[in-house]
Amino acid sequence: MRKIEENIFKVLMILSTIMISSTLFMILYTIFSKGIGSLSWDMVSKIPEGGFYIGKGGGILNAIVGSIYITIGSTLLGLLISLPIVIYINVYAKRNATLASITRLSYDILFGIPSIVYGAFGFAIMVYMGLKTSLLAGIITVTLMIIPILVRAIDEVVRVVPEDMSNAVFALGGTRYETAKIILRQSIPGIITAILLSFGRAIGDAACVLFTAGFTDSIPTSLDQPAATLPLSIFFQLSSPIQEVQNRAYAAAVILTIIVLIINIVAKIASKNLSKNKI
Amino acid sequence: MIIQPHISIQNLNVHIGENHILKNINLDIPDKKVTSLIGPSGCGKTTLLKTMNRLLDRQNDVRVNGKVLVDGENIYDPKVEVTHIRKKMGLLSQRPFPLPMNIYDNIAYGQRVHGNNSKKELDEIVEKYLRGVNLWDEVKDRLKSPATRLSIGQQQRLCLARGLAIEPEIILGDEPTSALDPISTQAIEELFMQLKDKYTIVLVTHILRQARRVSDYIGFVYMGEIIEFGPTEEVLLNPKEKLTKDYVKGFLV
Repeated sequence: MRKIEENIFKVLMILSTIMISSTLFMILYTIFSKGIGSLSWDMVSKIPEGGFYIGKGGGILNAIVGSIYITIGSTLLGLLISLPIVIYINVYAKRNATLASITRLSYDILFGIPSIVYGAFGFAIMVYMGLKTSLLAGIITVTLMIIPILVRAIDEVVRVVPEDMSNAVFALGGTRYETAKIILRQSIPGIITAILLSFGRAIGDAACVLFTAGFTDSIPTSLDQPAATLPLSIFFQLSSPIQEVQNRAYAAAVILTIIVLIINIVAKIASKNLSKNKI
Repeated sequence: MIIQPHISIQNLNVHIGENHILKNINLDIPDKKVTSLIGPSGCGKTTLLKTMNRLLDRQNDVRVNGKVLVDGENIYDPKVEVTHIRKKMGLLSQRPFPLPMNIYDNIAYGQRVHGNNSKKELDEIVEKYLRGVNLWDEVKDRLKSPATRLSIGQQQRLCLARGLAIEPEIILGDEPTSALDPISTQAIEELFMQLKDKYTIVLVTHILRQARRVSDYIGFVYMGEIIEFGPTEEVLLNPKEKLTKDYVKGFLV
């Protein structure tokens, strides 16, 4: 009887595993089969020419560059803000448990807020500050969206660093700042995972950049110019009634997926090299 | 009988939350001797050890009243610089926790945070203390490899060397052999015997045989109180208090 029960659950587990991995392959198959035909060197090396959205020549270099600018900008800015927060609640505010738990609760709530709300919020800030749709406004809004992701993910890994590890540094006469550096060093693989998560969200999110970064056919050369992004580029092309333009949307999706894959692989290698001293 | 206390604990009371963990502790730890603190689990002996380098400050809801004098200076005086106190003491925890860096940097870490960056001096210090814990010959060819690749016994000796490299006067050991195999345990115990000429050693242990092998004095802690303190043989073989007698009874058989 127990054997049968085990087998039933084993089959269920195998089925769900297959379902999840086959979904991934189906997504990849769909975008590749529809997009590969339109994928050309022009796609990744040229900006849209006149009439691009009704089927004329050109490419989406504007959106690729725009997305990379916004994603890298906001991930760096996000890290710069998240790391001190995590260090503060884990090392400095250790004896102030209320402060730490209020912080964690608020980041949990922020984590669950849909990105369109961040988009609207970013837009409101933008109007208030008198900014136009620009690369800077896009970066700020996306940063706001990914900070909760970064804080929660880094907090999880920093919290599991054993207390005795910090005590070892304190016992050697280290300050809290020096202890924090050791804790971060110990958490490098987890921090890289957190960066990956936020990078994926940042590069794939359309709602945040819709009102804030705007859309343009040219490549931004300064922070106050609007910037195109891949998700929006996909959106605009896919809404076209022309088949050829729709196919280009899938090609853009392929490019977006490849960028995410490359970042994943690079991060895996980096994490392996950086974590060789870890316990 | 005790001529010169190195650490003198006076009327120490520790509360964690609602619990009265240490009750009116008075204890003189003699200079350049090994003092063991024994007692059942949860009796407060580790807490007592942690008051000596103020690591207890790190926990939530802790209130410490009373004095702990190290070289006559009260370490709970608000004016005291806590990193300075901790520099006087090396800590050896239950399990070794090498820092996430290579063997050389682990030993040099303490010196570096206290501002010594001279490569020549650090080289000498690293070699001296790795030799001091009999680890030099085992690791001299791989000083740049991660400390975590060492066996757990080697790691514990590395942690001892790391603590000694800040040139402390006192070594605090919190059951430093509880995670080790018998051979590594023996190595650590032998090191303590060699080191007691130069350092004051305070050891928390629940292995009574170990306490007998290495220590000169024993303090028996029970329910947050020091029940008995005296020379090793006296406490173990001829205890005055009934509680001590009951606790060490197993040892005599």
